[in-house]
Amino acid sequence: MDKRFFFEKYGLSACDLEKYLGAALSAGGDYADLYFEYVTSTALSVDESMVKSASQGISAGCGVRVVTGDRTGYAYTDNLAPEKILYAARTAALIASGPAKTPVVSLKETQRPSLYPIADAASDAELSKKVELVFRADKAARAYDPRIKEVRASYADELRRILVIGSDGTFAEDIQPLSRLSVFVIAHDGEISAKGNSGGGGRHKFEMFLTEKTPEYFATEAARQAIIQLGAVSCPAGEMEVVLGPGWPGILLHEAIGHGLEADFNRKKTSAFSGLLGKRVASDKCTVVDNGTLSERRGSLNVDDEGNATNNTMLIEKGILKGYMADKLSARLMGLPNTGNGRRESYEHIPMPRMTNTYMLSGDDMPEDIIKSVKRGLYAVNFGGGQVDITNGKFVFSASEAFLIEDGKITAPVRDATLIGNGPDVLTRVSMVGNDLELDEGVGTCGKDGQSVPVGVGIPTLKIDRMTVGGTGSAA
Amino acid sequence: MSTIATVEMDLRELAAGAVKRARELGATAAECVVGEGSEFSTVVRLGEVETLKESGSRSLGVRVFVGQRAANTSTSDLSPEGIEQAVRGAIELAKITSEDPMGGIPAPEQLGQIEGDLGLYYDDVYSLSNEERIELARRAEKAALAGDPRLTNSEGGTFDACILRKVLANSHGFSGDYRSSYCSISAVPIASDEAGNMERDCWYSVSRTLAKLESPEEVGRIAAERTLRRLGARKVKTQRVPIVFERPTAGGLLGHIFDAVNGDAIYRKASFLAGKLGQKVFGGNLTVIDDGTIPGGFGTRPFDSEGVPTRRTTVIENGELKGYLMNTYTAKKLGLATTGNASRGLAGTPGIGNGNLFLQPGEKSQDEIIRGVKRGLFVTEFLGFGVNLVTGDFSRGASGIWIENGELVYPVEEITVAGNLGEMFSNVSEIGSDLIWRGSVACPTLRIEGMTVAGE
Repeated sequence: MDKRFFFEKYGLSACDLEKYLGAALSAGGDYADLYFEYVTSTALSVDESMVKSASQGISAGCGVRVVTGDRTGYAYTDNLAPEKILYAARTAALIASGPAKTPVVSLKETQRPSLYPIADAASDAELSKKVELVFRADKAARAYDPRIKEVRASYADELRRILVIGSDGTFAEDIQPLSRLSVFVIAHDGEISAKGNSGGGGRHKFEMFLTEKTPEYFATEAARQAIIQLGAVSCPAGEMEVVLGPGWPGILLHEAIGHGLEADFNRKKTSAFSGLLGKRVASDKCTVVDNGTLSERRGSLNVDDEGNATNNTMLIEKGILKGYMADKLSARLMGLPNTGNGRRESYEHIPMPRMTNTYMLSGDDMPEDIIKSVKRGLYAVNFGGGQVDITNGKFVFSASEAFLIEDGKITAPVRDATLIGNGPDVLTRVSMVGNDLELDEGVGTCGKDGQSVPVGVGIPTLKIDRMTVGGTGSAA
Repeated sequence: MSTIATVEMDLRELAAGAVKRARELGATAAECVVGEGSEFSTVVRLGEVETLKESGSRSLGVRVFVGQRAANTSTSDLSPEGIEQAVRGAIELAKITSEDPMGGIPAPEQLGQIEGDLGLYYDDVYSLSNEERIELARRAEKAALAGDPRLTNSEGGTFDACILRKVLANSHGFSGDYRSSYCSISAVPIASDEAGNMERDCWYSVSRTLAKLESPEEVGRIAAERTLRRLGARKVKTQRVPIVFERPTAGGLLGHIFDAVNGDAIYRKASFLAGKLGQKVFGGNLTVIDDGTIPGGFGTRPFDSEGVPTRRTTVIENGELKGYLMNTYTAKKLGLATTGNASRGLAGTPGIGNGNLFLQPGEKSQDEIIRGVKRGLFVTEFLGFGVNLVTGDFSRGASGIWIENGELVYPVEEITVAGNLGEMFSNVSEIGSDLIWRGSVACPTLRIEGMTVAGE
């Protein structure tokens, strides 16, 4: 492993780093840090059975943060010359006012696990092998059914190298691989059209796409969804029982409660979950964690973007709210443990509390018993995006594949259902939890305050006794 | 000023140099984009500065064609070595892509730019001291929290300023360069009722020049009004009622029309409007225009991301689909000519973006439209993204205010509104006179019949 990447590439020394931290704290302040980042990325896609274009990029820079109380000054530079970094440090220091402070001189390296491979990371594979993946996906999707007329398969990877140093002695380096293969199809049958979407990836070796999560696996799944949707009926509207399938429908947790449990909103008391620590927010069948320590997962990190090791954090235990996800600032101001959830999109951005992999643990119910228990309701297995209003707790998410449940049996597929609910009470209506926890395939990207970061979600099969479903069909 | 002129010259030369280098290394056609930006932002929360951010950046993107094979690279390293690496990388990468007979940069006769001052750049956005910028944000928040004891908390007031410069060069000799600026003020107050239920809403003003920015007091006042009117929201029964879309949400609906006439979705038949050029697709009262040339507009540019001059395109005229919005590639695929709507960042292939997109206004004020509704919903905000362009199916979370006998009576939330875009735009029964530009898409108040509100 090429340790000290930034030292070698940019001629940095430990002495320089102290000088930069010193400049950041030259006007006072409680804390300062520098975040160096160097990212290489590749993307290519097949479209109409052609690789129409391919892209590669290099992005490098350094962000400097100075914190005084709950105030943050921030500046960045995409030029890593010493005078540019010093200029950024002095700009960030504008937030502070007071006598200069001296940073801790002995930077101490954070012990970090190895949750993902560095050798044979997806980004190291030959381009021709990446091209082969998308061609295979194209072929498999078209072979699934002649009604599949449009196929786009894309592959993207990146290798992110970071170095974080802080005036509290933080010194953390990491190399974070990430890759993803996605397939989008459109099926046409006469006048009727439908789409299907599938994909996955994570922080694993390239080999994963050749063994377990093959292009054929994702292509077949996307094609299957589209062909099923060709026969879909309009979605009923109104309140009904809703069963969520395992895996990606865990986006419900992400939207309904995840964001509301990020510490910054609770510190500012702008979250519908503010002040609910120790109170019941879910039925006793629900236990929810945010776990950044899972091996090779899309949302996993050896260290967060503030240089702290990530954790397996209990958010809700048997229905009781146990904890928030915190970064350095929130932890200090709220007197909470730092859970290693400080993340940022890039060196251009200020870190804030963000989710990693957020999921509910398995319960005792058999998935088939859950379906059987529903007289008339909706079984939602695949979703597009979701959104939440943190303050009033209202959230929505859109099902891309859902079916009616009638008398305990899964029947007709429905078109584009939207589910809407209220975060603090939706989980109190969870009456059955399956024994089949699955995490998503690795496609999630979460947006907050204009910053996108990769995340994971997961749930076992869940039954929610009552939820509003938005559609155009007659009320259920 | 001399230093600025020198820097400008350098970036244009840099882009032309990268194109020249690509040709030397075997590219049959090449294009280089350089972006440069400075940004400032500050958030003041509960009277105190929460964040202060100031920075600048530059990066470069290269797109090459080697025969009919294309590839592109981007880098934030603008040193001669960095640029050489990007150019070489793109040529190397083109070896693995497929021959696409439709690929290529625009023909020489399509290239060009609108001459004269389009009113996109005002250096006053960067003229204030940090103290003055912070003060604007502080005043917006203060106004948003004044005047009502229920306004108890805040996500803050903000002031942002930004200056961007874009340089484009290609191997047909095109060389273009423009600057743009914007500044904005916003406020996000939070109100709570006796039971502790909270609501937030926001308002903002955005302008290309500080001189036309609304006062922070006005921004704060509207933000407060919008937030207070949401308190005490209820759900309503599932039903079909007329829906009045307030300007911001009406603009959201117009954005879906843009997505549906986007040349990329059209040639892929991924839009419910594909293949319907010349047909009556919406109600006869609807006319939609995209105009990238309006002086000072937020969607105005002298040339698009491929060096084609921007223009005015009639998209829908009296309900008839008159034109798609295209870049060079999608136009070739459809056997049509580019409409100058190419749009790209620095990385990747050009996509398609709108200019200033708007729906022709009607006669009535928003109040008159609401007064005409016996029983219905006034939608003020969408939540979520439930739109399927392939089918036109639309189902989004919403909040708003219930209408009884022409009066706004109580706030509503945790509901969805659903329909089909094709039917919805055929059932627009009222169009407001209130066309107001607050971004690159503007739509007056709309009343639409026959949609489903899903609630209890």
